[in-house]
Amino acid sequence: MKFRHRSKQEDKTQLSMTSMIDIVFLLLVFFVMTFKISAQEGDFNVKMPLQGDGAPTDSTQLPLNLRLKSDGAGQLQEIVLNDNLSFGTDWSKLRGYVLQMVGDEAGPSEDEGPEVVIDLDYDLHYVHVIESITAVTGYRSGDEVVKLIDRIKLAEKRE
Amino acid sequence: MRILNRVTAPVEADLTPMIDMTFQLIAFFMVLINFSQSEQHDRVVLPTSELAKPVDSPIEFPIIVHLTSDDAVVIGGDKVAMEALRSRLNPEISLLKLDGKTAADASIIIRGHRTAPGGRVQDLITRCQELGFEQFALRVKEEIQ
Repeated sequence: MKFRHRSKQEDKTQLSMTSMIDIVFLLLVFFVMTFKISAQEGDFNVKMPLQGDGAPTDSTQLPLNLRLKSDGAGQLQEIVLNDNLSFGTDWSKLRGYVLQMVGDEAGPSEDEGPEVVIDLDYDLHYVHVIESITAVTGYRSGDEVVKLIDRIKLAEKRE
Repeated sequence: MRILNRVTAPVEADLTPMIDMTFQLIAFFMVLINFSQSEQHDRVVLPTSELAKPVDSPIEFPIIVHLTSDDAVVIGGDKVAMEALRSRLNPEISLLKLDGKTAADASIIIRGHRTAPGGRVQDLITRCQELGFEQFALRVKEEIQ
């Protein structure tokens, strides 16, 4: 009987890598194309039940009514606190005043401490509302956030 | 003269390091992919704030409302008129009731464009208050210094 001679090279099974590499590169391209470096987002929490619905009241008796005036084109014209203190358009002055006024009395929770009511012109750009909230809410000291006022409310809209 | 018949072995490139690197790259991008971008809207550029910090724990029952650059209100990809907000949010309230919750337990996350009129945000909040919502979150982007 004759035995066929089989070489060692024929015995070696070879995996075809082509299809796997194709898929892997497709996956890589997908992830590279969808990758987007974006800044982190955060929230300013505003608890605003309807008036008279058991809304917590300001226990500190510090009326803080922040009026934001628009120049008619949506830009900030003036910041006025309690109808008599004008800070121009300087948020740091407002923050300094709030720090001086409520620095020791500010409560860390949302249910206690002074409250700021932000009253703005209808067309004032939203970015200025956020700037005002940032100015009264606190400031950053290194990596730490020092809280000033945590209770923010928006007044009824002006026509 | 005798010529030797030499069998030359086929040249094969070693693909192992390349596949290793490719898998590592895929793993890197998979870990970094941010699915929360589905909350975003291309017509909303958020205002920035130095105090913006990502929330520590996921918000229970979030309802995301976009206020776009062209002054439109968008909820779940649908453009909604301010007057029709009630009919758009009523199904959400029904879903909350099925879970034994009320509108007061949900959070309205407002993603307003930086130049959207602030009065529009007030209007939105007032209309949501009328439906019983109490908790609002004004979403901002971290200010990179």
